Amino acid sequence: MSTILSVEDLKVDIPLAGGVLHAVRGIDFDLKRGETLCIVGESGSGKSLTSLAIMGLLPKMAQCRAAKLEFSGIDLSKAKNRQMRSLRGDRMSMIFQEPMTSLNPAYTIGDQLAEALLLHRKVGKKAAEARAVELLEKVGITAAASRLGQYPHQLSGGLRQRVMIAMALMGEPELIIADEPTTALDVTIQAQILRLLVDLQREMNMAMILITHDLGVVARVADKVAIMYAGEVVEAGKSADVFNAPQHPYTRGLLRCIPVPGKTKPGEHLGSIPGIVPSLIGETQGCAFRGRCDVAIGSCAHDIPRRVSESGHMYRCVHEGGQPAANAIQSEGRP
Amino acid sequence: MVFTLKRLGLALLVALAVSMLSFTLLHLSGDPASAIAGEGATDVDIAAIRAYYGFDRPLIVQYADWLFKALRGDFGESYYFQLPVAQLIGDRLSITMTLGVCGISFALLTAVPLGVAAAVRPNSLIDRVALFISVMGQAMPSFWFGLVLVVIFSIKFQLLPPSGTKSWENFIMPTVVLGYYAMPAIMRLTRAGMLDVLSADYVRTARAKGAGEMRVMFKHALRNAIIPVVSLSAVQMGFMLGGSIVVESIFALHGAGYLAWESIGRNDLPTVQALILIFSLFYIVFTFLSDLLNAWLDPRMRVG
Repeated sequence: MSTILSVEDLKVDIPLAGGVLHAVRGIDFDLKRGETLCIVGESGSGKSLTSLAIMGLLPKMAQCRAAKLEFSGIDLSKAKNRQMRSLRGDRMSMIFQEPMTSLNPAYTIGDQLAEALLLHRKVGKKAAEARAVELLEKVGITAAASRLGQYPHQLSGGLRQRVMIAMALMGEPELIIADEPTTALDVTIQAQILRLLVDLQREMNMAMILITHDLGVVARVADKVAIMYAGEVVEAGKSADVFNAPQHPYTRGLLRCIPVPGKTKPGEHLGSIPGIVPSLIGETQGCAFRGRCDVAIGSCAHDIPRRVSESGHMYRCVHEGGQPAANAIQSEGRP
Repeated sequence: MVFTLKRLGLALLVALAVSMLSFTLLHLSGDPASAIAGEGATDVDIAAIRAYYGFDRPLIVQYADWLFKALRGDFGESYYFQLPVAQLIGDRLSITMTLGVCGISFALLTAVPLGVAAAVRPNSLIDRVALFISVMGQAMPSFWFGLVLVVIFSIKFQLLPPSGTKSWENFIMPTVVLGYYAMPAIMRLTRAGMLDVLSADYVRTARAKGAGEMRVMFKHALRNAIIPVVSLSAVQMGFMLGGSIVVESIFALHGAGYLAWESIGRNDLPTVQALILIFSLFYIVFTFLSDLLNAWLDPRMRVG
């Protein structure tokens, strides 16, 4: 399998009145066809901006730099608007968090679906509509042909997200980015939509980036996981490695927050990570998590080593294995 | 279809209510018979006039009589000109309508592109220039702006005729004055609507599909942003037709607005009555048309 997307040292800065917000601070990952990468992190950790940077959809004021940002041999950081436009919606597409507002209220579902194909292929309206029907059926919408004339406000949230998925697939993309695609949906619908996405991804052999903060989802669908905290990937690796042997204290904190059937007793406290995400305005020195970390030591305020195992399991922590050696806290003291 | 019929029925009801209200109010505002008779008339004269014009009948009968005649295009005879009101209004209405259509077109053709350009780059030079133009338009009284134009273009450079209705050139300055008055509100509303819509999720979706900027602006954004502008323009248009008195006076365009103003002073009841009905019908027709247009633009409005 060939690598379809590789990202090295991606940075996104947003100039604000009070200084520059370093929203994404040098992240790396790569993705092969057929692979699913899950990016996990809390609000404001830079997950969405990372995906928008790949799509070339960052707000105008945001500044994006990368040592490497390559999509199937094309250098996206140097690509002209015109070239980005020809890739978007055709070879790479995106599904958003807000199905209720992501469809244009003034046009029919059919128009909007067909547009995704007509913008990129020299096909007639008839052919585009036929493709739209085919995809609506594929995403599990009944009476697909009759839906083409309907307007977004006539559909439920779950149906709208299915339409968004169908729209993203119109051009048979090689890369699909789903930014919290189920967050705005009912819990019963969430599982269906997720299953649908994963099935389609396998069937069409796409590379998928799934952004979520639901670790339960990640454990089920991810090949690779990247845990983001304050604009950085603090831990990344194969899904099994990260879940079986979490190394970074933040990852361990996240995993403690999930109740385990059979193990977590009723009424028992679930884990939580005290504190809030630090401000990313101005330069951040050392580990951004140290203020909330229960194993932080003085040297956390300095450069943090990037530790990589043989299987590619990466984490950033001063502690080998993310745990202080037995005497480390006594010798160095709490910060 | 059901929507259109419902709106049409509603519009007719409003028209009926307006005619009833205006008829009643005008007849309550003073005794028309003594106004016609003038000062110094005897009670006998007034009574004779009252009987001649039928003012001695109950108000409801007078109204019904007037309404049925009006529906056939007979608005009675002007007390002042001694001419059929329909004929009197007919000529002048075409002047007012020409002016109104030109005025609103001028306003829309300048306000919408400027509003879109300002919204695409907020706080840029073009946004500031647009703001300046709209503040000027709002701040300058029409009569003053009209006179300034006359001084510059008619007197100093002798490019345009200062008054009259002879050729299309006579309409240029009145159009600019009338349009410029309506333009600021339309521009600010377009700008606000576009700013709002450009940050909408579906605009991001359009970009994610690979649509170009022009397509995003005009196909996806403007159609949604323009909806409040349509409603505002309908009201502005109605206002221009009824309220262009100032502009009509400055440029000596003897239109319907000017006639209304004169007729009120002369207590010319049938003329005033007919003009009020026509002006309110304009409002009703434009509101109806803007409802239809908005329903076409936004399918969510297609519920009666």
